[in-house]
Amino acid sequence: MSETVHALIPRLRAICGDDGVITDSAQRRTYESDGLAYHAAIPGVVVLPTSTEQVADVVRLCSENGVPFVPRGAGTGLSAGALPHSGGVLIVTSRMRRIREIDIDNECAIVEPGVANLEVTRASAPHGYYYAPDPSSQQVCSVGGNIAENSGGAHCLKYGFTVNHVLGLEIVTPSGEVVRLGGKSAEAPGYDLLGAFIGSEGTLGIATEVTVRLMRAPQRVTTVLAAFESMDAGGSAVSDIIAGGVLPAAVEMMDALAIEAAEAAVACEYPEGAAAVLIVELDGPAADVDAQFDAVTELCRHNGAFEIRTASDAAERARIWKGRKSAFAAVGRISPAYIVQDGVVPRTALGEVLHRISELSQRSGIRVANVFHAGDGNLHPLVLFDDSDPEAGERAEEVSGAILDLCIEHGGSITGEHGVGVDKVCTMPRMFGPADLETMDRFRGAFDPDGIANPEKLLPTPRLCGERPGVRKGEHPLVAEGTAELF
Amino acid sequence: MTRVRSEDPAAALGAHGTALREATNADAVGGRIPRYVATPPDTDAVSALLSAATRHGLACVARGNGTKIDWGAPPRRVDVVIDTSALRGVDHAAGDLVVRCGAGTSMATLRETLAAAGQRLSADTPVRDSTLGGLIATGLSGPRRMLHGPLRDLIIGMTTVRADGVVASSGGRVVKNVAGYDLGKLHTGALGTLGVTTSVTLRLHPVPPARRAVTVTPGDVARARELTRDVLRSHVVPAAIELDWPHGGQPGLRVLVEGAEGGIEARATEVAELLGSGVIAPEPDQGWELLPGVAGDTVIRLAVPLTDVAHAVTTLRDTADAAGVPASIRGSMGAGVLHAALPADADPRAVSGIIRGTRNAVTRGSLTVPHAATPLREEVAERGPDLLWGEVAGLGLMRAVKDRLDPDHLLSPGRFAGGI
Repeated sequence: MSETVHALIPRLRAICGDDGVITDSAQRRTYESDGLAYHAAIPGVVVLPTSTEQVADVVRLCSENGVPFVPRGAGTGLSAGALPHSGGVLIVTSRMRRIREIDIDNECAIVEPGVANLEVTRASAPHGYYYAPDPSSQQVCSVGGNIAENSGGAHCLKYGFTVNHVLGLEIVTPSGEVVRLGGKSAEAPGYDLLGAFIGSEGTLGIATEVTVRLMRAPQRVTTVLAAFESMDAGGSAVSDIIAGGVLPAAVEMMDALAIEAAEAAVACEYPEGAAAVLIVELDGPAADVDAQFDAVTELCRHNGAFEIRTASDAAERARIWKGRKSAFAAVGRISPAYIVQDGVVPRTALGEVLHRISELSQRSGIRVANVFHAGDGNLHPLVLFDDSDPEAGERAEEVSGAILDLCIEHGGSITGEHGVGVDKVCTMPRMFGPADLETMDRFRGAFDPDGIANPEKLLPTPRLCGERPGVRKGEHPLVAEGTAELF
Repeated sequence: MTRVRSEDPAAALGAHGTALREATNADAVGGRIPRYVATPPDTDAVSALLSAATRHGLACVARGNGTKIDWGAPPRRVDVVIDTSALRGVDHAAGDLVVRCGAGTSMATLRETLAAAGQRLSADTPVRDSTLGGLIATGLSGPRRMLHGPLRDLIIGMTTVRADGVVASSGGRVVKNVAGYDLGKLHTGALGTLGVTTSVTLRLHPVPPARRAVTVTPGDVARARELTRDVLRSHVVPAAIELDWPHGGQPGLRVLVEGAEGGIEARATEVAELLGSGVIAPEPDQGWELLPGVAGDTVIRLAVPLTDVAHAVTTLRDTADAAGVPASIRGSMGAGVLHAALPADADPRAVSGIIRGTRNAVTRGSLTVPHAATPLREEVAERGPDLLWGEVAGLGLMRAVKDRLDPDHLLSPGRFAGGI
C-alpha cells in the first residue's frame, strides 16, 4: 500500500465507517480484477460508501491529495475498466443499492448505482413496465456500471443502449462536487453532459443516483429459431429481414463450433446438423408482431432454413435462448482457454468478415467460435487455445487482434459493448487519429484536470501501450457461482 | 493566442477554395452584422478557415439555411459567418441503415434520398428548410422523438472542426459502438459554441408500411394528459402523441401509430376507443410536425415530467392571456417537450413577464427560450442571457468544456447558456 493512501485511511474510516473501508490485503485481493481476469492489480484501499455524501467526501479527499480513484460496480465488466489502481482508492458502489422510486406516471425510476440491472425490471414489472437495456450479466451487473459502459444487450438492435434510457444522473465529479444532470424530464438546458457522461467508463466521475426511463412491456413477444446448413444462408436471411423493413428486438447468430460448445455445456438441443442457428425475437403490439412473424419465417425458409421453431411463452423462449446465453461460458467445455472478442462491422460486411475470420483460423490452426448480434454486426468471436502451450496463446492473441483489424478495415468499431477500459486502450489509435484522441482528452480534462479519475483507461497513454490484449482463462468467479452469465 | 498581423485576414480566410465575400445586413446573426461570409467547400477548407480566424482573433458563427440563425442569445461578436451550404453530399449505405452526410445537407434532400430506398431518418423537421447541421446545432426534435428518441439518439458519428482548425471525429459508421467519448452528444444543441460540425453519420429506420393519425378535441389540457396516460398504458406503441393548441382555438390531441399494414387498423381503432371519440385519418395533417406560430415569433420550450405537462402548459397559456399576448402551443405530450410561440411584435416586457411567471411555476424540468424575437433579444443583449435559459445545472462543467475546446471563445461567443 502506498504511503499516501495509507495516510488517508483514518479519514476514509471517518467518512465511510470502519466497516466501509477494506485494508486487509487478502480482502483487497478479491477486488483485483473485474470480468476480464487477465488484468489484475490489488487496490491500495477499498471503500464501500452508502451515500452520495460519502462518495463526494472520498473523492474530495482523493482530489486534495492527488490520489487516483477507480469506480467499481458489480465487477462484471469485460474490458478491465474497473481494474484497481495499486496506489489508489477503489470506490465500490455495492452498498448503494436502494430503488428510491418507481414513478409509473412519469415512466421512470430513481435508483442508486449499485442496484442490479434486472432489479429495476423486477420492481417495475408489477406495473407492466420494464427497463430496456439488458446486458447478459443483468442479474448481477449494476446500473452504475451500465452507465459507465453504456451497456447494450441482445435487444439494443431495436431499443438502443443505456444512453437512450437514462433521463437524469447525480454525479460526483473528480473534484468531489455533486452535480445533477437532467432529471425526470426528457431534456435539460445546456450542453448534453448527461449524454456524454454515459459510456465514459468512470473517467469523468461517479454516478451516485440514476433516473432511468421505464418502458411499457410489449403485448406480444415471439421468438423464432431457424437452422441453416451454412453461415452464408443464415446471414442472407438476416439481410433480407432487415431489408424487408422488419426491425426485430433481437437477431442473434451462432456457428457450428459455438453450437457444439453450447450442446456440450447445457444440452440446448438445437437442430442437429445446423451450421448456423439464427434467433430472431419480435416484440410489440400483437397485430404487428404477427404480421412480422409471417414475414420473418418466410424469409428464413426462402434462404434455406431446414428447421424453424417458434416460442410464444416465457418457458419456450428460455429454451431457445438457453444455448445462446450459455455460449461464452460453454466454450470452456471444448477449450482450456479462450479470448472473447467484441468487434463491430457494418451488417453488409458480415459475410465477408466471417469468411476472413475462418481463413485466419485455418491459417493459424486456432479455432474460432462465432457468436454474434447479427442485426447490428456486433461480433463476439471466441478464440480458443490451449494455454499450456505458450505459442498457442500468442497465436490466439494474434488472431484476436487480426479480427479487430478486419473490423476496422471494414469501417466498424473495436468495441460494440464491452468498452475500451485497459483492454483496448492501445487499440484506440487504430480507430481514431491523434486529433480525435487529443480532442477527447480535452473533454476529459474539463471534468478531471488532475487525471485522478480511473486514470490510464479509455485513452491511450505511452506508459500503458505495448501491453497485449487480454486473455480469459477459466471461468469468471460470478459465472462459477451461477450468479452471472456472459454473452 | 498568436496573432499574425502581417497576414491579410481576407486572404487567409479565402484560401483553400473557400469563397469569401463582404457581409451585408441580411447576414446578421442575432442583430450582429459580420464582416465576412465564407463558404468553404469541404472539411479541410473549414479547418484552414477556422485556423486563420483564430490567428486573427475573429469570431465565427456557422450557418446552414439561416432559418434559426437568430436562435440563442445575440453573440457578443461575430466577424465571420461560415456558410455550410457547400458541405453537402449524402453517402447512403442502405443495407446498413446508415447515412453519412454533409452538415449543410437540407433535410428535404436527405428525406428524398432516403425515401428512394424505403428508409428515413426518424427525426422530424420542426422548422421548414432546415439543414441537418442547423437541426443539430439547435438540438431541435419533432413529434417522433417520443418513440425514436431525440435527434441526438440517431447520431452515430460526427466530424467537427475545433476553433483552432483541428478536425476531430467521434463515434463511427456502425450503430453499436462504445469506443471513446461520444462527442456528438456534446455538439447537439450547442449552438455551434464547441466546433463547426461538417459531417454527420446517422442511424436510419425503414419507412413503416402503414400509418394512421387519430385525433380528438379533449376539452382541456388536463384531459389531454389523462388521455395521453391511457394511450401510454395501452399496448398500441404510438410513434407520437401531440398537443396542438392554437391561439383562439381548442386544444387538440393527435396520436400517430406506425407499423405493419396488417396490424394498423386494429391499433388505430384501439387508440380511437381510448380517446373516446377519436377520428382516424390515413395521415397526420400537413405541417403537424412544425413549431407553432410563424417564423420570427418568440419560441418558448417547456421540458417537464409527463405529470407536469398540463400544469405547465395551462400556466403559460393563462399567463399569456392575462398579459394580452396570444400564445400558440404545440408539442409532445408523450415526451413532455412542447413549444409555445408568442408573436414577434409582442411587448418585450410582457413576454419576459410570461417567461418568468411560467418558469416560477415549473418546479421540475425547465422553461427555455430557444428564440427571442427582435425586441426581446435587445433586452437579452442588455440584461444577459439568463432570461433565455433560467437556472442551468452543471454550468461550471459546461464552462470548463468550452474553455478546453474553444479557449479563445471565438465560436458563437455569448450565444449559449451562461454567456458561453
